[in-house]
Amino acid sequence: MATKILKSKRFGYAVVGLACAAACATAAFAGPNDNKLTIDGQEYVTELPAPEGSPFDTIYSGWRFRNEATQAMEMDDFDNPGFTNVESGEALWSKVDGEAGKSCASCHNDAAESMKGVRAQMPKWNEKAGKPVTLEQTINGCRENNLKAKPWKWESNEMLSMTAFIGSKSRGMPVKVQTDGPMKSWWEKGKKLYYTRVGQLDMSCAGCHEDNYGKMIRADHLSQGQINGFPTYRSKWQKLGSIHRRFKGCMKNIRAQPYEVGGEEFVALELYVASRGQGLSVESPSVRN
Amino acid sequence: MQRAFKASFAGLMTVTLLSVSALAGPIAPDKVKITDGELKTSLTGKPGSDVKGAEWFKNRKLGNCLACHVNSKMTDEQFHGEIGPPLDGVADRYSEAQLRAIVVNAKAALSDKTLMPGFYVSHYTDPLKKFAGKPILTAEQVEDVVAYLKTLKE
Ligand code: HEC
Ligand code: HEC
Repeated sequence: MATKILKSKRFGYAVVGLACAAACATAAFAGPNDNKLTIDGQEYVTELPAPEGSPFDTIYSGWRFRNEATQAMEMDDFDNPGFTNVESGEALWSKVDGEAGKSCASCHNDAAESMKGVRAQMPKWNEKAGKPVTLEQTINGCRENNLKAKPWKWESNEMLSMTAFIGSKSRGMPVKVQTDGPMKSWWEKGKKLYYTRVGQLDMSCAGCHEDNYGKMIRADHLSQGQINGFPTYRSKWQKLGSIHRRFKGCMKNIRAQPYEVGGEEFVALELYVASRGQGLSVESPSVRN
Repeated sequence: MQRAFKASFAGLMTVTLLSVSALAGPIAPDKVKITDGELKTSLTGKPGSDVKGAEWFKNRKLGNCLACHVNSKMTDEQFHGEIGPPLDGVADRYSEAQLRAIVVNAKAALSDKTLMPGFYVSHYTDPLKKFAGKPILTAEQVEDVVAYLKTLKE
């Protein structure tokens, strides 16, 4: 501690900091807002006592940190730009593709039944692969093995349409990922990555989304970085984007070399981040800014 | 004779020039030593410019200090972050040597746990390739920012 700035100075800052905490509370600081998310008459869980082992007391959907104009877009499927993808996903569902002459519907019939709850459990343990798989990887697994069709690119319009369509069949259901058994070591790996400071700015996910959520980082209102809404439409992207695209963007912002999209690091991180939002309603496709 | 003299004279000149530039050149990031939260000497050996410092302070690709700090004197900039303490009157609280140390490496000057990045550090974990081995700010830019911070009095 001798190498750090003198304690008296630090104390001075602490006092200044406290004075501001009181005086500034009414001004700029804003945590999550109190709005309620209802879509089609159904109420969504955007706030809930944190699951066991969570660093938070309360967890919040990222929706609660957006402004009212953005929030309103998600409340009405006609205004939600992600819904054009849900519609094209529905068309792709029953479109025959690949050498086996099959479509998704050939095996899974009505997606409203067969895909219910799927998004809520991703990433999921895959016994054959011996590792957890994301929704994108599951879709491509079916394309390659069952349809004998070419895999879709991770961020392609087809993939985003299919993940939005399948995701929409879990809307309103609680996020429920497995973290024990064979998932345990992956979860631990994801947790380690979440707390590791990286990049030229030397920050971790936790530095922003755990220690400072609710605060402004320049023009952005920091959320807890939950993934219950993906794929997400962002005005900045002007289209839907995947969870791994978001992770990559956050890493580039701190000038860190992002891990590979679909690679083991991001799958582990996805599992860990999903577990921090256990119980939040699936909102796919959500709207953020 | 004449030639030999010229050659050795030229040699002498280079030696003197080199040692002068070694003295006058900026201190490299990995040579900077923060002691008791202070860095007394200018990284460039010269004072910086507060006018330029204000630019680096708000520039999103350089200091981007406003990402995390409120600065009530920068009313021309719309968004000020709330992550760190407001920098209003910061020069009343810290000496120039302390401000320099904080900008250079807040983790060494203030606390290992602080979120504030080190702006004159050369070793980072997994940086994007184009930033590898480079500090966020140059020595001149650090001195400019320090000169600007010195103007923040209440
Ligand atoms: C420098 C700050 C910073 C760091 C570090 C950071 N993020 Fe973010 N992140 C943001 C901002 C700003 C947003 C947009 C506002 C929001 O939703 O929080 C965001 C958004 C997100 C979202 C979207 C949330 C939603 O509701 O759609 C996720 C998920 C996310 N971050 C995950 C991560 C992960 C995982 C890491 C580490 C690899 C990380 N972030 C590191 C600043 C950061
Ligand atoms: C990512 C966030 C972040 C950025 C960017 C940032 N800071 Fe900070 N800064 C902090 C935090 C957090 C603290 C509080 C120190 C602590 O954690 O103990 C701080 C503290 C300080 C202090 C001490 C203030 C006091 O009253 O104790 C100064 C001076 C300072 N920062 C200057 C700067 C300057 C100049 C820049 C840009 C070149 C900058 N900061 C960029 C987060 C940041």
